[in-house]
Amino acid sequence: MKVRRVGASALLIECPDATRVEDWRAELWRRRETGELEAVDIVPGARTVLLDGVPTGTEERLAGWEPAPGGTRDPGPLVEVPATFDGADLPDVAEIWQVSVEEAVKRLVETPLTVAFCGFAPGFAYLRGLPEAWSVPRLPAPRPRVPAGSIALAAGYAGIYPTASPGGWRLVGHTPLTIFEVRREQPALLTPGTRVKLVQQ
Amino acid sequence: MITVLRAGPLTTVQDLGRPGYAHLGVPRSGALDIPALRRANRLAGNPDGTAALETTLMGCRLRFEAPATVAVTGAVATVKLDREPVSGPVVDVPAGGVLEIGRAVRGVRSYLAVAGGIAVEAVLGSRSTDTLAGIGPERLADGMTLPVGTVSGGVDGVAGDGSPIGEEIELGVRLGPRDDWFDVAGLFGTPYTISPMSNRVGARLAGTAVTRARAGELPSEGVVLGAVQVPADGQPIVFLADHPTTGGYPVIGVVGDVTPLAQARPGTTVRFRDLD
Repeated sequence: MKVRRVGASALLIECPDATRVEDWRAELWRRRETGELEAVDIVPGARTVLLDGVPTGTEERLAGWEPAPGGTRDPGPLVEVPATFDGADLPDVAEIWQVSVEEAVKRLVETPLTVAFCGFAPGFAYLRGLPEAWSVPRLPAPRPRVPAGSIALAAGYAGIYPTASPGGWRLVGHTPLTIFEVRREQPALLTPGTRVKLVQQ
Repeated sequence: MITVLRAGPLTTVQDLGRPGYAHLGVPRSGALDIPALRRANRLAGNPDGTAALETTLMGCRLRFEAPATVAVTGAVATVKLDREPVSGPVVDVPAGGVLEIGRAVRGVRSYLAVAGGIAVEAVLGSRSTDTLAGIGPERLADGMTLPVGTVSGGVDGVAGDGSPIGEEIELGVRLGPRDDWFDVAGLFGTPYTISPMSNRVGARLAGTAVTRARAGELPSEGVVLGAVQVPADGQPIVFLADHPTTGGYPVIGVVGDVTPLAQARPGTTVRFRDLD
């Protein structure tokens, strides 16, 4: 674990892989809950966890903390996402994977996914779990408008568009679930650490 | 209630923003010039976090349906009440009075606080318009009306003087987290100019490209206010209030105080100073 300084009041923890990012994210959220850590924002990334709004001396305290590895800590909550696999790019994804469309859908519903981090838009979760060999490139040019609820793949991640927006991910299907709603007590359905299962409708 | 007669190119409701939601991809947002917002609120007798209006370059014109105490701070601009210029930053507007903030002659953004605050609905704890994420109240449009809150009874703060607005600004930077990806001497050695492409998301700078010391792509990671992100073309972008919560370009350093950028017009010269 390496800690990098980010300005006067933030730190960036570098992790060897996404699993360790999740371990640190869970550990830091837990310590903030118990009052051992003061931080305004704890933001996981692909290989890092950012702590923003921390008092001086936090870096020294981090050195003494060792998060529990994934096997022993509590798993995140599970969200089942009803999915219709009718995305415009599904045949292309199947071709990239060199399997039939049916086999591609089977892979998507049988792979356990976890929210690695959020970004791009409020509530947009980067879902990891697909093997690296199934990584698909982004579209050469983004679509000007991708409908809300679209389930898509890019660069080894799966994602669900919370709102209609431009987007370059490959569309494999859609869900009727509302992914982000500011008036809900928990505005984002898919928060870091949440486990996700795509359920074919 | 306030009726918007002329909204201006970009007038938004802003307060101190919505920190604490970055892990959901929700930016902090909030006023770009926080000291000017605080000063306007203190002059109007409001608590610090009260929502006010932030204008961009061309001001705005508003009609107040009820009598109101108003304070205008930030950019240097002529303020008129019923077509007559007013002298101080605090204006007592009668019922039906029309207040106009004119074109900024120095700086970019004016802050208009009204006693009681702009009482639009709060979203995730803030009344700020987020231009990137589309969260919070709509930007002002001609004909729109804005509710005014209840006057709280005054605050004891000293408003102080406004920040100076310069033709040239110097920004203190702490290097990191990805300074090892660059030849950092380049950042401090040359002046940059503010590009017209700048907005509430970031101040785009033009000048000698910052050169990379190593090749490769950075996996997405969390970014903070004031982060100096250097994309592939080497022209730095300093992240402001509506910045994205994660980014894929490496951050060479973090600006200690972004306030001068809130008032920096396109063409302003920017120099970076090493804070270490």
